[in-house]
Amino acid sequence: MSEQNQRLDPLATADSQDSITAEIEDLHATYRAGVEADSSQEETQPRLNFAPYRSSLLRHPTKDLHHTDPETIELASPAFGHRDVHILESDLTVQHNGEPIGERIKVRGRVLDGNGRPVRGQLIEIWQANAAGRYIHKRDQHPAPIDPNFSGVGRAITGDDGSYEFTTIKPAPYPWKNHHNAWRPAHIHFSLFGTDFTQRMITQMYFPGDPLFALDPIYQSITDQKARDRLVATYDHSVTSHEWNTGYYWDIVLTGSQRTLMEDEDHDHE
Amino acid sequence: MTTNDLTPTPGQTIGPFFGYFNAAESVHLPFENGDNLVPPGDARAVQLTGTVYDGQGTPIPDAMIEIWQADEHGNIPTQDGSLIRDPFAFTGWGRATTDNVGTYRFTTVEPGATDTGKAPFIHVVVFARGLLNKLHTRVYLPDTEGIDHDETLVALGDRAQTLIAKRDGKRLLFDIHLQGDQETVFFQFPGMTYPKA
Repeated sequence: MSEQNQRLDPLATADSQDSITAEIEDLHATYRAGVEADSSQEETQPRLNFAPYRSSLLRHPTKDLHHTDPETIELASPAFGHRDVHILESDLTVQHNGEPIGERIKVRGRVLDGNGRPVRGQLIEIWQANAAGRYIHKRDQHPAPIDPNFSGVGRAITGDDGSYEFTTIKPAPYPWKNHHNAWRPAHIHFSLFGTDFTQRMITQMYFPGDPLFALDPIYQSITDQKARDRLVATYDHSVTSHEWNTGYYWDIVLTGSQRTLMEDEDHDHE
Repeated sequence: MTTNDLTPTPGQTIGPFFGYFNAAESVHLPFENGDNLVPPGDARAVQLTGTVYDGQGTPIPDAMIEIWQADEHGNIPTQDGSLIRDPFAFTGWGRATTDNVGTYRFTTVEPGATDTGKAPFIHVVVFARGLLNKLHTRVYLPDTEGIDHDETLVALGDRAQTLIAKRDGKRLLFDIHLQGDQETVFFQFPGMTYPKA
């Protein structure tokens, strides 16, 4: 690996996978014991401070976050429309002159708020490695091939029912420098907007049955198994197409809408 | 994951590779002009800029900052075109990535207040490699009406100063410290959870 990558990740360590895995298991065992004693302690989000993910050590706030209600501007969200995103941008396999290499997949699902209402007309962006585990990015120097026919970046606007669909190539796992022989499970990054800007989020979708799950400090920073499972798509044969692609289904739930100003708005559409 | 479960989906780090910018490509993130909410030559334009630091005071070169704000009159933008910019429309949203020395830059306008008696601010979301979930904060403007008695700022006491930009001509300077003595105040709104170890 290049010296440049080492410099970019000053916390890269020579820890073994076994010692990182043991740290993860310790943190999870303590978490499970806490939830057994008091079920209100159940966690649904990642910890910002998760030591097995070394880069989190200097990048998590140490002071209490300030609890407050959103103000008017925060109860609104940026607006996007079909002027902003062309329909073809949701197909990552047609952005170049040739076909990308790899297993063609479709990923389909819905974006909902915490009350189960569809998040309509909002932007979803994805980015991912190619079928060899390589990103097109100057900082990714992993010696796996770049696919000249795959950029790995796509966009879509959600439908009236909150639905989205991307056609892409199944990404491969790739190595990183958190510890010796660290490999990320295959994943697709998702960026999402809600009806309030407080719902803005970025996450990662994983593929079922990945043998790297237990070893990965980013996935395991979500201490609760049920919460981790929410990031794993389901293989869905109804999304699979004859002689064309395999299919996955994944719904995304944003935090409950905090909007109290325009309760009537939704009735116009239903 | 299926629809019966309405527990919020967990966030994850943006990672080191949040897309890339290449003007020759139609699809990219960050996108063209994402950091210019108004053209830099606009008479109303100010630059909002600062550096993102980790707990040792080291600049973070792989962070992404987004802002969302009202226009100079306090109106909340509702028109689309947030990605493909019409220089005559103000859509209120911007995205910038930090450069090799951890600095981000936006060209925007100073927002007006959306509520009487409250200080105007620019809402900021921070994403970075190593940061496992998004963080929300606000940039308040120095010397604006309401700044001395805004409820949120008063409640924060001395820490409120981490949220008030410094004015330098047509620049608003706002550094973000993820950790440490000068740690920026981050907000937790209802419905959000940040588990503590």
